[in-house]
Amino acid sequence: MHRDVVISGIGVVSPGGIGVKPFWDLLVSGRTATRTITRFDASPFRSTVAAECDFDAAAEGLDPEDVSRLDRATQFALVAARQALKDSGLAPEELDPCRTGVTIGSAVGCTTSLEREYVAVSHAGRDWLVDPDRAVPHLYDYYVPSSMAAEVAWASGAEGPVQVVSTGCTSGLDSVGHAVRLIEEGVSDVMIAGATDAPISPITLACFDAIRATTPRNDEPTTASRPFDRTRNGFVLGEGCAVFVLEEREHARARDAHVYAAVGGFASRCNAYHMTGLRPDGKEMAAAIAAALDEAGVAPDAVDYVNAHGSGTKQNDRHETAAFKRALGDHARRTPVSSIKSMIGHSLGAIGSLEIAACALAMENGAIPPTANLHDPDPECDLDYVPLVAREAALDTVLTVGSGFGGFQSAMVLTRPGRVGR
Amino acid sequence: MSEHMPELTIDRLARVMRECAGEDEAAAFDGDIAHVPLAELGYDSLAVMETAVRLQNEYGVHLTDDEIFGVESLAELLALARRQIPAAS
Amino acid sequence: MSAVAVTGMGVVAPNGLGTEAYWKATLAAVSGIGRITRFDPERYPATLAGEVDLDPTDRLPGRLIPQTDHSTRLSLLAAEEAIRDAGIDAGELPDDQVGVVTASSAGGFEFGHRELDKLWRKGPEYVSAYQSFAWFYAVNTGQISIRHGLRGPSGVLVADQAGGLDAIAQARRLVRRGVSAVLTGAVDGSLCPWGWIAQSSGGRLSGAADPALAYRPFDAEADGYVPGEGGAILVLEEADGARARGAERVRGYVLGHAATFDRRPDSAAPDTGRGLRRAVELALDDSGLRPDDIDVVFADAAGTPALDRAEAAALTAVFGDRPVPVSVPKTMTGRMCAGAGPLDVVTALLAIESGQIPPAVHTSPAAHYGLNLVVGRPLTLAARTALIVARGFHGFNSAMVVGAAD
Repeated sequence: MHRDVVISGIGVVSPGGIGVKPFWDLLVSGRTATRTITRFDASPFRSTVAAECDFDAAAEGLDPEDVSRLDRATQFALVAARQALKDSGLAPEELDPCRTGVTIGSAVGCTTSLEREYVAVSHAGRDWLVDPDRAVPHLYDYYVPSSMAAEVAWASGAEGPVQVVSTGCTSGLDSVGHAVRLIEEGVSDVMIAGATDAPISPITLACFDAIRATTPRNDEPTTASRPFDRTRNGFVLGEGCAVFVLEEREHARARDAHVYAAVGGFASRCNAYHMTGLRPDGKEMAAAIAAALDEAGVAPDAVDYVNAHGSGTKQNDRHETAAFKRALGDHARRTPVSSIKSMIGHSLGAIGSLEIAACALAMENGAIPPTANLHDPDPECDLDYVPLVAREAALDTVLTVGSGFGGFQSAMVLTRPGRVGR
Repeated sequence: MSEHMPELTIDRLARVMRECAGEDEAAAFDGDIAHVPLAELGYDSLAVMETAVRLQNEYGVHLTDDEIFGVESLAELLALARRQIPAAS
Repeated sequence: MSAVAVTGMGVVAPNGLGTEAYWKATLAAVSGIGRITRFDPERYPATLAGEVDLDPTDRLPGRLIPQTDHSTRLSLLAAEEAIRDAGIDAGELPDDQVGVVTASSAGGFEFGHRELDKLWRKGPEYVSAYQSFAWFYAVNTGQISIRHGLRGPSGVLVADQAGGLDAIAQARRLVRRGVSAVLTGAVDGSLCPWGWIAQSSGGRLSGAADPALAYRPFDAEADGYVPGEGGAILVLEEADGARARGAERVRGYVLGHAATFDRRPDSAAPDTGRGLRRAVELALDDSGLRPDDIDVVFADAAGTPALDRAEAAALTAVFGDRPVPVSVPKTMTGRMCAGAGPLDVVTALLAIESGQIPPAVHTSPAAHYGLNLVVGRPLTLAARTALIVARGFHGFNSAMVVGAAD
């Protein structure tokens, strides 16, 4: 018998708000959370805007010792996981530890802490032979990012499969997709799955500067992220985290849980083309979309909304538009497509999970979040990108996609919990 | 920007690019390659971007995004760079 | 469900480059561990490692050299060998039906060290364009996929030293779901000063200066481990599909896998190997075998007394009084983090194929662990099945069962 997977809890740490409610309020209002970077002096960099989280670890109830020891992205994950478990209504005694697992997606792991510690042990870059006496005892936790999943597992009592999924900017989709498989095949009944990244640090800014991927629109920080607009010129870096409680459907039904959506299908492909470039025809993303729809048992013209990768780089927006046309055919022109990166930036590996959260909340609330800052669409991007204003809509089938360095292309289909499966 | 960099010539630029982006055996540099499309030499946008990092640091040349994504040959790249190096011939 | 076969293998290890050289060295008990040459280790508490030194320039396309970390170059070599071994290079499988799933631990860390050095020594404008991907955890999967034109479902897992087996399990999952072939495994290593102090930071490395006195798992004198670089890439295919395309040979089968996670360490309740035991039992269940069916065990062999104790407790709990042979070839290579599990899988299949179980070196097993460690020279044994165990720091346990080809 096929084991279906549903989303029964959501936790979010996002630019613009901590928690599901402020996150959704921001998205439907069409407000943006991008701003001039405050976490450090970014003035030497080409791009100085980002979408930062106003995250107060102590106010979120994290232990001071944990705050000093854990990377910011790990702190996000602990807070979001706690929210998701609370939201799911699963009491600790309802969780069978051995039947519960964790997957956390992250593109760059604990990079911010690694850089901070590097500055200390290298005497601010002076010494190649770094100083072992200045290394913190928990440096290894930053070095191998599986520590992030470990912390979430310890905090939630999971003793089943625990892994970090790190496929660049598709990590957030792939992490949830991987967790879905583990439930489907019977390894787990519950997975705490999501993704986190806190990459706003000098080394990350510098590398995206070097490839001109981030926007230099520093004088207009609140409108800097402009996916699909003629004037867009790069993405706005972000940070954040979303974590879900995924459950086997009967497990959720037995405890009469509230269910946001079912994960109907998931697929990923590689473009085998270029570490940072995209082929303009969108073929592999289209293949991933087709495979995810096929698994969900829904026809392309049943898709009610597409949550785009929509990073706001020229090549992405065109690649993606081509992929939607290829996968959905004529229906692509009738389907609302939007990018929440216009509001909360691009948090690398985390964003895929934040986008799944946005899709689940869109289904729950009957509204499509808009693409902010879209005043003058690129003529080559000729779909309905839901500019500026949210739209009411009853959503039964939602598609979300991601595209990442390394050539990764992923797609996930969310469906009404009642109609999942084959 | 370094004070003592050799003049930026086509040979020098080819060498910088080789250091930045490697050399494809299939298209080893010889003969007149100034006008050969970069793609035929095995160089993509990433290769140009890495070369741009070096040109900026060594020659103070700043290429715009459009220039980086649009440049198609070493001769074009040299012309773009030289516009910003007054001393170069 | 049809069996999932291993049809190709590629190895890079400190004691041998390529499967054949590695296997020959391993049976001859040749260790690849020595004093670090990549940088001057004098000021560091540990000075030994298993290095894979090679000049990549004549082995890889020139375009890949400036944009790759050493560990990525090694992974590309292993992948190339695995593809050649499987005979799938000539595009005989649809490219969208061949995937790549690797495990990573710290990504291209040495590449990242160089760029951090440039950023903080000279300034942001000196950072390489390649830093945007060359250091990150997904780089090996991406580069292997691009180099060989593989467009199928792919992925990257991180679970410290357990992750390599988890990646193979994920590849098996994809094959079972209909993907024609998956390249999988891991090649790992971060032998730069910055990576070195990160690996040293928990105090788990052996401080010995003499290779013969370092990394002696299950020895009464065990005082930590020696890191190594390298690993293995395998090609997994559905057995009938491999036969249908005329694969030259099946090297063996992946029969079962399970991953578990330990509770938060508690000084009042030391690691008893409970989580590891559960992983082994679940992997056996998955394979449909009983403990008595397992002919040889490839141990994780952490090399510190507490962890060795926990692993021995788990193994003796599963196997009872039966003295199943335990092999630790990683005493010759060092612990390769994500690369270790896949290399042990390859080694297990070679051992089954040849009837020779490789020995552990430098260690004299203490009787109280109750393990039948193969030491000194290879053990001749007509093994049909093997259990491979891998454990990662923080509590990751992974166990895999593999079986003979025919």
